[in-house]
Amino acid sequence: MTVSRRKAILGTVAAGGALILGYSLWPYPQREKARAVLGHSADNALITTWLKVARDNKTTIIVNHADMGQGSQTGLAQMLADELDADWNLVSILEAPAEEPFANGDMIKGLLLGGELNIPAILLPPLGYLAPKVSRLIGLQITGGSSSIRYTGVAAMRPAGAAAREMFVSAAALNWNVPASQLTTKLSHVHHAASGRSIPYGDLIEIASKLTPSDSPRLKTPDQFTVMGQPIPRPDIPEKVNGTAQFGIDKRLEGMKYAAIKHSPIFGGEVESFDEAAIKNMPGVVRVVKLDGAVAVVADNTWHAMNAVRALPVTFKGGESTGLSADAMYAGFEKAVAAMPDSDDRKQGDVEAALKGATTVVEATYRLPFLAHAAMEPLNCTVIAHEDGTAEAWAGSQVPLGARGAVAKALGISASKVTYHNLRMGGGFGRRLETDSITQAARIAGEMKGTPIKLTWSREEDMQHDKFRPAGVSRFRGGLDKDGNPVAWFNCYNWKDMPADACLVPYGIAHQHIGSVDAKAPVPAGSWRSVAHSRHGFFTESFVDEMAHAAKMDPYAFRKKLLADLPRHRAVLDRAATEAGWGLELQPITGLRRGRGIALQEAFGSITAHVAEISVDEDNKIHVDRVVVACDCGDIINPDSAQMQLQGGTNYGLSAALYGAIELKDGKVAQSNFDNYEVVRLADAPHIETHIIRSGAPLGGLGEPGTPGIAPAVANAVFAATGQRLRALPLKLESNRAPQTARL
Amino acid sequence: MPYHLTINGTLHDVDVEGEMPLLWVLRDVIGLTGTKFGCGIAACGACTVHVNGEAVRSCTLPVASITGPITTIEGLSVDSSHPVQKAWIEKQVPQCGYCQSGMIMAVAALVAHNPKPSEAELATTVTNVCRCGTYDRVREAVASLASV
Repeated sequence: MTVSRRKAILGTVAAGGALILGYSLWPYPQREKARAVLGHSADNALITTWLKVARDNKTTIIVNHADMGQGSQTGLAQMLADELDADWNLVSILEAPAEEPFANGDMIKGLLLGGELNIPAILLPPLGYLAPKVSRLIGLQITGGSSSIRYTGVAAMRPAGAAAREMFVSAAALNWNVPASQLTTKLSHVHHAASGRSIPYGDLIEIASKLTPSDSPRLKTPDQFTVMGQPIPRPDIPEKVNGTAQFGIDKRLEGMKYAAIKHSPIFGGEVESFDEAAIKNMPGVVRVVKLDGAVAVVADNTWHAMNAVRALPVTFKGGESTGLSADAMYAGFEKAVAAMPDSDDRKQGDVEAALKGATTVVEATYRLPFLAHAAMEPLNCTVIAHEDGTAEAWAGSQVPLGARGAVAKALGISASKVTYHNLRMGGGFGRRLETDSITQAARIAGEMKGTPIKLTWSREEDMQHDKFRPAGVSRFRGGLDKDGNPVAWFNCYNWKDMPADACLVPYGIAHQHIGSVDAKAPVPAGSWRSVAHSRHGFFTESFVDEMAHAAKMDPYAFRKKLLADLPRHRAVLDRAATEAGWGLELQPITGLRRGRGIALQEAFGSITAHVAEISVDEDNKIHVDRVVVACDCGDIINPDSAQMQLQGGTNYGLSAALYGAIELKDGKVAQSNFDNYEVVRLADAPHIETHIIRSGAPLGGLGEPGTPGIAPAVANAVFAATGQRLRALPLKLESNRAPQTARL
Repeated sequence: MPYHLTINGTLHDVDVEGEMPLLWVLRDVIGLTGTKFGCGIAACGACTVHVNGEAVRSCTLPVASITGPITTIEGLSVDSSHPVQKAWIEKQVPQCGYCQSGMIMAVAALVAHNPKPSEAELATTVTNVCRCGTYDRVREAVASLASV
């Protein structure tokens, strides 16, 4: 492949005797189909990688994506190391610092840092929802969108490794005065077979660093991979089993004070007054700081701060969600989608005429609630604002540059005065694309110059002041001809989210009209693992199942028939069905009604199918026993990580399928913690089998594609088991058992 | 008032209120941050430590109520050599890793009593939340312990 790029060597032999290769790629052409799915802007995606080789041959691969458990730092390093022909045992991984020279490009610099602090309001507001337009832009530097491997890895890590390998070959050729064509590389050495000589890369860094990297380094073909495709253990795991991994919340500094926060329970509400005197004698309390729509108490430890902020009498006023409750909100959404779309996503053929001519018309309306991310590590950030106008900050963020910018803006200083350290994230899932807690910590620190402040949100604040997966309603009408072939697909939904094409279906249906209405609730929304796919996956894959049953066809066969022109989709569907034993009778278990359901999703460049096997017990509780996931993500960099992401993504979606609901009551979130916002635990977690199809298509993402398909697969299985169609999440069957059926 | 806590074999004298949860004594007073804050209501298990060898959720455990030695993730072994830690590395269990201190401590307490727990016993005893969804790997790692 050739990539048009601007390249730059950031240094020659730096202090310490290491060759530093900075390889900037800009602009990255908009050639990957999946790029459009993510919504990147056309010509400004600068992707940068770094490679450091020391004289002792130790190789440091610097990655510009953060760790939230997804394993992509390892995968990215594998990509560079393989092209470099590096000895993996010499490789270490370093997360790139949040500094301008390491930014992802002029566009991002201009966006986030230009004019010192010309940060888009969208990144920093109290309701920092990532609108599609802006998400395209920050998508270039975020860790999110299942993008690390397929964009940074493909466009930057591999070429950077390959270019560096060629530089070492050239250096050895110069050193030995032999033609480069006679040289080979392996395990961080250059070899000259004719003379039997070998030299480590580390001995060549001085010469190599003076060479110009190739514009179009020769990349390996898959049969030449030695590191890519291998289940290499993740280097971050050992420190995650002994307590030494440093998450944002673990930051400690000499003299540090601890802050806790309480937000206006009504979204957008302001602080009217608070009674500091009421808590000033509580143990450890230092002071109260008023923030936008929130108050914080600073104390000598987290427990004292949380106790005091809970006890602090605060009066809040106003707020956009005043009086709003779930029932009224859903009623409003249902009314809105009863009309025709005011914005079309796809309009082909003549749906109305096709519906009129259809033998059977299927109609259904689905809905789903707001969801919290509920990452295990509650939001936190540690900041020290110095008297000299500089500041230092620590947190775990999916947008380190955005985090640095947020600190700077909150303190009214230039971003160049802020040193930001990104630590490990105890889960991100999209929540840590936002910088609200970072802004707050900086504001508190700004009030207490010279004192390090660690702000930690309680679980209750974290859950009730999330940037939620939007609630939504989606209305469908489908037409079948006399032979049961679908001829029309109409869909009107509310609260459009990104990626914009998540609402589209791959099925070959001649007449389609898909669009949205602009009906939202005054609730802060954000990106929740797989974003719009987590909503439309449930909607569309439930409805296509309903059409299959209306056509009296097997749901798997029905889908397959509609994928005539899409062999990759068919292969994924076939693989999941075959591995799951689709069509074979499920083993009967006394007292249980059992069923299988299937769902297909194309998301983030990957095609994924889920088959869920479920049981419904006598109390009508749904148990998911086994899930088979097949995924065509093009190829795999690390099969072990790939499996973990598909399993984890499926469990994340399963929590939403079975339990997740953030509901409003009188303008406030009714749920508060894991006791009333249940999530999947070991007892609910099905056995999840994963099957990866290496089709050779462009690499797709893996962090998110596991999530959307599980809810519809389970809902469809519930229908197969019980004949009841569940059209709302979370999936609940009415308990239809009289108390006397309870058994001892 | 002063409390004398034996943590990972070392005696710590801490001067705190008796109702202060052990979690915050560990994290903020002593500086052992391997034990994590997840929910504050003993609902998620991220804060699990051992007291007298039993798994307890330290976020709601008043320090005054503690009468025996405490083991945290930092003290489970000196070199990550506890069988559960080794199995966690072998099976590559952690993703983000935040819940895993508590998960490992809960599993370590279980297998100390019941070296070969069934899947049902494991699920009933270890009710810790992992939002990354590492449950398949947790089961595999525990099963690998039983087969040793």
